[in-house]
This record gives sequence, structure tokens and C-alpha cells, in this order.
Amino acid sequence: MQTLFRGLMVVTVLTLVAATALAQAPAAGPAGQAAPAAAPAYRAPRTADGRPNLNGIWQAVNEANWDLLPHAANFGRVVALGAEDAVPPGIGWVDGGEIPYLPAAAAKKKENYDKRLTLDPEIKCYLPGVPRAMYMPFPFQVIQSKDVIMMVFEYAGAVRTINMGKPTEAPADSWMGWSNGRWEGETLVIDTTGFNDMSWFDRAGDFHSDELHVVERISAASPDLLNYEATIEDKNTFSKPWKITMPIYRRKEKNAQIMEFKCVEFVEELIYGNLRKPGTQPPPHN
Amino acid sequence: MNQRLLVSVRLLMIVFVLALLIAAPAAAQTLAPAPGKAPATVKKWTAKTPDGQPDLQGFWTNSTYTPFQRPNGVTKEYYSAEEAAKLETQAAEREAEQTEPGTIADVHYDFTQFGLDRSESTHVSSVRTSMIIDPSDGRLPPVTPEGQKRQAERAAERRRMGATTDQVQNMPIGTRCIIMAGSGPPMMPAGYNNNYQIVQGQGYVMILTEMIHDVRIIPLDGRPQLPKNVRQWIGSSRGHWEGDTLVIETSNFNGKNPFQNGSEDMRIVERFTRLDADTIDYRFTVDDERTWSKPFTAVLPLVRGVGPIFEHACHEGNYGVRNTLAGARVEDAKKAGEAAAKKTTK
Repeated sequence: MQTLFRGLMVVTVLTLVAATALAQAPAAGPAGQAAPAAAPAYRAPRTADGRPNLNGIWQAVNEANWDLLPHAANFGRVVALGAEDAVPPGIGWVDGGEIPYLPAAAAKKKENYDKRLTLDPEIKCYLPGVPRAMYMPFPFQVIQSKDVIMMVFEYAGAVRTINMGKPTEAPADSWMGWSNGRWEGETLVIDTTGFNDMSWFDRAGDFHSDELHVVERISAASPDLLNYEATIEDKNTFSKPWKITMPIYRRKEKNAQIMEFKCVEFVEELIYGNLRKPGTQPPPHN
Repeated sequence: MNQRLLVSVRLLMIVFVLALLIAAPAAAQTLAPAPGKAPATVKKWTAKTPDGQPDLQGFWTNSTYTPFQRPNGVTKEYYSAEEAAKLETQAAEREAEQTEPGTIADVHYDFTQFGLDRSESTHVSSVRTSMIIDPSDGRLPPVTPEGQKRQAERAAERRRMGATTDQVQNMPIGTRCIIMAGSGPPMMPAGYNNNYQIVQGQGYVMILTEMIHDVRIIPLDGRPQLPKNVRQWIGSSRGHWEGDTLVIETSNFNGKNPFQNGSEDMRIVERFTRLDADTIDYRFTVDDERTWSKPFTAVLPLVRGVGPIFEHACHEGNYGVRNTLAGARVEDAKKAGEAAAKKTTK
């Protein structure tokens, strides 16, 4: 009996080894060549003009918007909201698990965290900035043409216009920055500058100055999966560049679409309620 | 940062001068009256996107002095070129006066100074006397009894809510940075910044409106509208091609910002036909039997505008609402103080 069991074990292990080797075989080929290790093994379908086709509705399904760093579940900010407002735990998306804040900036981050209920721009329905827009818990759509790639975000109707022509310089600072893109083989590389200093990276108070420079690399890993990474540089805030990495998934619902989340209406009482005429009431809503 | 700002301002000025240079010929062009169906009278435009859609891409503007409804007393469909030019000059003068230093209107930033007004930016100089072409009198059709009742109820509700300065919710939707006329549908020109960018991706047409960075994403795959109970400020739009014309059908409005005081059950069909490198024929039909006795159709061209479109972070920089409300509360306190003082003197 024992011999039979051992025999079965051997067969099972051998089968597993063989299966694993087979499954890895296609990936092992190109990776074993001279190409850099980071080069995606997957070749995305092409658009009519021959570029990797990233069109679609996408969403990062993770907890980075609560805190980019590894974090356990935690209390929310509003007692009345109970478990709905509690912070969901997250494994972390920052390479090396640490954001290299300069000393003064580290203090500012702590202050932001302490006052996050009033300071987080998301609470006021402000534009999310970059890279935060990419991992808000809302979908976004990529609309890809030859000269320009649009990213349209459900949250606050935010938009990124990625110029795929000759790079241009930001005419002024903005929330979503000024993006120039280029193709490096399978990878869309987006270089974004021209930010103001008002957006945050997450609800935990991670922030930047108007010297922020973000370089993103996006490539398809399979038909429904993007590999996303963003290198973040800001000499006023960080001692060195740092990087976040995460997958972004295709929204597969039949007829998935970007719907309207015009949140201004939802925050007016919060922002301007103290200026209402005494005795007046906001219109009812349900 | 200061230096950077300076550079930015310089760049903006260059962009502005370029815009004027480009605007001049476009502004000078007068769209010839095209009796009957405009698209048929013009040489066919056949450019396609790489995936074979008729190409509508680029920067566009619908800025115009042409009124939506034909002015009272005007009975013809077209002005002569001289009449149209004279009316436009007069309108531009009125616009400039509006921001004369020292007037109340001038408390708003001087948009003529920054070249934002229509006469100083690319716009459509049309000889049409109205955008409405059907009914043939250029006016909205008669309002149904239900429509009249609804409009009276809305007016009563507005009175009940009080002055626009009592609370932000009483202010116009545009002032609150929720939505402006340009987003539509239908996409209607306003006083300034009537700028659009059209981008076509696989299976979709996207229209970016500069104001409030509003985006319409129109699927072309024949999918059904959103469920009837799902209603949005910009409604639910579905598109298809009829030959070289993009046809967009929209319903599911939320009724909070009804076009021309219509009902939330309004249906709008828009048609975009590229006429030449610099022109799209844009026309739309509004069907809302709960408000008007019959559908009506309007036409206004989109002409090639100037890009790129910069971020219009309206809500984020909305000092207007805050300052207006704060000012009104100061006025309230002043009046209350005066009333109290009067009482004491008695």
C-alpha cells in the first residue's frame, strides 16, 4: 500500500513538473533571448494603424487609493459610516515598500494623514491627478487614435489627453498634468509634467509638489490585463525617484461603459453649506 | 515657479496670437446659404480613420452669433451678407461694452481682454437668421399644456427656493461647475470657450468639451440605451454611421438641466457630417411630445478650432460661488444690523 502511494506521488510530481515546464515554455523562449527581462512576452493585438491596442475599459482592482504602502485594515474617518468607511487592507504597490520622503515632506505627509478627513482632495470631488486617477476605485476608458490617446475617468469625469506626436511643453500647471506619450515596442511610455501641487496619491496623505514628474509604462500582459508602473520623481518632496507597480484589469461586463459620476453636486453642501442663508434648507434628495 | 509661470504666460500669449492668426481667415469665411440639405451641395469629404470610420477628428468650435430662435420681426431664413456682417459687428460691440471697466459686469473677469469673446476667437459667421430650421418660422413649436404646467411649476419651485444667493443649490448649473451648454446634447455655443476635440477609437467616438472637461463617449456597436431608470446630466448616447454621417441618439436625461425647459423624456438625434477640412455640418432634432406639439430641428456648423485644449478645472477653482455666497451673507448681516439699530433708536 505504502509502495503504491509512493508510486502515485512520484507520478503526480512528475506530471506537475512536466505541466509547469510546458506552461512556462512559451514565456521562457523570448525571455531567454537577449531582450531585457522586463520586455513583455505577450504581443497585444494591433490597432488599424499597427500599434498595440490598449482600447477598452479598465480598472485597477486594489486598495491603493486608500494607501499605496502596505497596510492593515483600519478604522474609517466617520463614525456613522461604520464598516463602509473602514480602510480595506492592502498588500502595497510601492517598490521597496517605502516612499523616500525628504524630512520636511515626511512631516507634511503625517500632517496630511492626521487631517485627511478635511484635506484629501477626493472628499471635495477635486480632480485626482496622476497616478492616482489610474487606481481610483472607478473604471476608466482608453480611446486610442494615431495622434492622441485619451484616458477618460469615471471619477469626476477626469480626462488625460496623451499627445502621441512631437512632445510639447506644458503651457501651465494643471491637476492632471501635461502628458507626452511614445511607443517602445509593446509598451506605451507616458511622460507627464506640468502638475500643480494640489493632488494627493492616496487617502493616506501621500503628496507631491509642482515639481512632480511621472513616467508611466503600460503594456498588455494578456488580452484583459495591463501591466502598469509609474516612476515618481519630485526633488522638492522625495530624496530619489520611486516606483509603483500594479496590474490593471479589463472590465468585462457586457456593454460596460463609463457612466457619469459628476460628484460636484454631492459635495456642495460640504463645501458651501456654511455659507447658506440661515433658515434655508438644501433641496431634498434620495 | 515664478519663472515657470512667466514662461507659461508667454507660451499662452504665443498660443493666443497664433489662435488669432488662424482665427482671422476662419472668422472671415461666411458659410454660404445652403438651401435644402446642406451636405449634398458640397463636395464629398472622404477621409477615413485607419479603421475606416469617416474622420471627424480634430479641434472644433461652434462659436457663433446666430441666435437659436429667429428674432421677432425677422421673417426671412437668411440675411444678406451685408446685413449679417453688420449684425455681427453690433453684437461684438455689445459684448465689448458688457465688460467696460467700472460697470457691474466688469466684476467678472474681462473676457474680451483675453480674447475669449466670439469676435476675437474662431467662430462661425453664418447668414442664417436662426439655428432652428424646422419649424420653418425658425421658432420653437407651441408648448403643450403639460409643458406649460411643468414650466409654471418649475418657476414656482424656484421662487420657493429663494434667491440664487441664498444657497449654492439655487445657483445656475453652469455657475456651480456641474454642466454647461457646450456639453449638451445638443451641443450649444455659449459666450466663450466653445471648444471641442473629437477623437475616434475602435468602436467609439469621443467628444471632449473644453468647459468642465466634459466628455461624451459614444459607443457605435448598436448596444441598447442604459436602463430607463438610469438617468444622467448628459443622458445616454448611442451612435451609428449612416453613410458618412455620424448619427447619435440620446435619451435618459435626469431632468435637472432640461434643454429649453423640456422634459426628462426628451429624445435628441444629432447628425455630424464632415463637409470639408474645416467644417462639420452639425444638426439635431429634439423630440419631446410632453413639451412641444412637434419635434424641431436646428443646424449650426462646427468649424475647425485651435488646439490643444487645456484643462478646465472649473469646480476646483470655483471662487465665484464661495465669494458670491459670502458676500450675500455679509449683506444679510449688514441689513440685520441696520434693522436692529433702527429698532433701538425707536
